[in-house]
Amino acid sequence: MAHANFLLIETTAVFIALAALILYPVAMHISNGKHRKWPFHRYIFWFAGVILAALTLTGPLAQLSHTDFTAHMMGHLLLGMLAPLILVFSKPMTLLMRTLKVPAARKLSRLLNSRYARLVTNPIVAAILNIGGLFLIYLTGLFTLMHTSAWLYALVHLHVFLAGYLFTISLIYIDITTHRYNFMYRAIVLILVLGFHKVLSKLIYAAPPDGISKGAGESGALLMYYGGDVVDLGLIVILCWQCYQAHTPKTQKTAGPV
Amino acid sequence: MARKQEHRHVSPSRNMWSGVLFGIGLMALIDEIIFHQLLQWHHFYDLSTPFIGILSDGLLNAFALFAVVAGLFMFADLHRRHIAHMRTWTASFFLGLGGFQVFDGIVNHKLLQVHQVRYGVEILPYDLAWNISGLILFLIGTILFIHARKRMTRGEAG
Repeated sequence: MAHANFLLIETTAVFIALAALILYPVAMHISNGKHRKWPFHRYIFWFAGVILAALTLTGPLAQLSHTDFTAHMMGHLLLGMLAPLILVFSKPMTLLMRTLKVPAARKLSRLLNSRYARLVTNPIVAAILNIGGLFLIYLTGLFTLMHTSAWLYALVHLHVFLAGYLFTISLIYIDITTHRYNFMYRAIVLILVLGFHKVLSKLIYAAPPDGISKGAGESGALLMYYGGDVVDLGLIVILCWQCYQAHTPKTQKTAGPV
Repeated sequence: MARKQEHRHVSPSRNMWSGVLFGIGLMALIDEIIFHQLLQWHHFYDLSTPFIGILSDGLLNAFALFAVVAGLFMFADLHRRHIAHMRTWTASFFLGLGGFQVFDGIVNHKLLQVHQVRYGVEILPYDLAWNISGLILFLIGTILFIHARKRMTRGEAG
């Protein structure tokens, strides 16, 4: 019974991924009719991000992640950290804005400017949704519970992905960003989240969730710690790079290509 | 060109910030990786529960990673503005390395006693090794800094 339900999740994930891979070029085509040509390399970012996210919910890695904790952690890194980071570079919101007709684009813009959007894209709120969710999954019984219910499993994974994406866009401004916060604030939030991610992986190392053996918990936690380092180092570099770009001396700003 | 002239008189503080930040970050990473993780001699805060211990480690490590990257980007910015002063920067780098080490050795280990270099052994040789190595780095930084200031003022005069 449970197996059939997981099959449903896998099939849904495949359909969503396929739709995403097809709809993006369609949107590109519409956008190209109205605006300057949409760079193709952004589709490569989109493609890579969608595939990486889908890999955690369908296919061999997803199968393995039900029984193998290290595979599960690999999925967590891909779905919650790496895929969101890569997807941001494909600028989906900018593309959507260009594709929509003016009234619809206005509505979307109003939504992005809403108080709710302002709240959840505040880096500290996005950080709590992201890292707080992870603490709930691994330190309460949620990890065990989500493997008994396919719906809960789907919900948790949806949250991990969305919170990861939200956190990424709240820190680095690549796509459309309505509410901006200064560099120092975002830097502090990033340091806190990175710190807590390390803490969580060490806690898992010390005491893995119920049903996970000591050895499996340790290797999964190691992957979480060092894999998290790699992705977070990427975030730090991008954040500092953006700050570096923003402080380009005026004489050079006008000289370079726009 | 006029801009370049103008920048010549910018105070060395940016060079110092960049160097010190990079030095502190690098030394904190070395400390974290070698003594906290590989050897597991101590955690940053050993007075409370293990949770607080690893929390302090996590935050220290995250800050160190950030400091290394941010320090290097500040260095790139100095080059872009033609105000990089390598001697000042290198001196500050050593001051950051040694400063963190000595601060950790004196304030954290001895005054606050939040953690020791190692537990269950005669601590004196470890303390001496820790603080003397830190002091040497700090002294190298100080000497380099004095030289850098001398060259800078001479350069400006000539």
